[in-house]
Amino acid sequence: MMTASPRQDAAFGTEQHVWQVLEGVPDPEVPVLSVVDLGLVRSVEIAGDAAVKLEVTPTYSGCPATSLITAAIELALQDAGYTVETATVLSPPWTSDWMSEEGRRKLKEYGIAPPSPCGTRGAGMTIACPQCGSEDTALVSEFGSTACKALFKCNACLEPFEYFKCI
Amino acid sequence: MTQKANDTKAALLEYVLGVADDSLILGQRVSEWLGHAPAMELDIACSNLALDLIGQAQLYYEYAAKLQGEGKSADDLAFLRDGHHFRNHLLVEQPNGDFGQTIVRHYLFMMFHLKRSELLVGSDDKELAAIAAKTVRELEYHLRFSADWFRRLALGTDEGNRRIQDGLENLWSFTFEMFKDVPAETPLYEAGTVPRPSEIEAGWNAAVADLLQEAGISPSARKAAPTKGRIAGHHTEHLGHLLAEMQFLQRAYPGLSW
Repeated sequence: MMTASPRQDAAFGTEQHVWQVLEGVPDPEVPVLSVVDLGLVRSVEIAGDAAVKLEVTPTYSGCPATSLITAAIELALQDAGYTVETATVLSPPWTSDWMSEEGRRKLKEYGIAPPSPCGTRGAGMTIACPQCGSEDTALVSEFGSTACKALFKCNACLEPFEYFKCI
Repeated sequence: MTQKANDTKAALLEYVLGVADDSLILGQRVSEWLGHAPAMELDIACSNLALDLIGQAQLYYEYAAKLQGEGKSADDLAFLRDGHHFRNHLLVEQPNGDFGQTIVRHYLFMMFHLKRSELLVGSDDKELAAIAAKTVRELEYHLRFSADWFRRLALGTDEGNRRIQDGLENLWSFTFEMFKDVPAETPLYEAGTVPRPSEIEAGWNAAVADLLQEAGISPSARKAAPTKGRIAGHHTEHLGHLLAEMQFLQRAYPGLSW
């Protein structure tokens, strides 16, 4: 049986369709989040029949996944029938505040505490345990298994957990 | 272009390379702790600090390559220049020593580098300002991490206090260089493209003095060491050894890529 050409999708060629494809591209380090949840795609422009121009912004400067993420985005759109041109934009710099509500919910369910709003970081911030919800938690290290995460422990349920850092 | 405009462009290239080199060389130094740090969390912290710095170096090198206009890549600038072409400050190339000395070096440099980067955010050069803005919030973590461990080691035990004090003595002479204005950069200071290094000195001195007092560490009486790393590429012997290890692969197998 022949598979339907992606171009037969009625929405093909619209910005909405491009965003829909992007929602299916996971972050390689935290696969429950899509590149859209993370706020990595800053703009989508339909530049012609099946041509798309994207602006992508890196998260942490030291994130080794940055080039992989751009490649995954380009591949997904090519598979959907588009030709893609991506440009990297640094300004304004990416902030964890751009993570969607949907993204925060998925992150918490995955067992990672979502980032606090920026400006509340530093001394005095409370990070709730993603396992039991207790706010009786303690910072173990501001640096964790990836550039975007810090290590915490919960004093209530005694589980260690990761916190998505705010920048 | 007039001679003056050419000189200004050349000075900007050297300045951007200097910021890139500071980030890369300190990143390489910190990465030397990988697998050797005193505790698992610190080992992980060191590799994250190194990743940040090397990622930031890459952004600055890419911009330097663009200013240079010779079609070079960030990797070419990092791996194929010799020691006397590096424009980093002498402080960042100093050996790790023990963990106390590493923390002192990171704190002394970050207090300067964060202030410098915050001022660069206001640069009239929009690309330079965008890179600096990208790095500032990451560097805040570096400053907080190193200040926390400075206090913890200095206030924890006599041994920790001695090591922080020794680290300070070993490194203090290399801090003066960070505040030297460079005559060739004068047009850049006047145009608001980059901050005058001397402008950062008073704030740095006050912040460092506060931490020393809080941590029970005596100020060092050491005088300035030679200060021509950033200005002229006159480095301490340590840089050559670091580059030999860091550049080995590209030198032995030119053009090798992942």
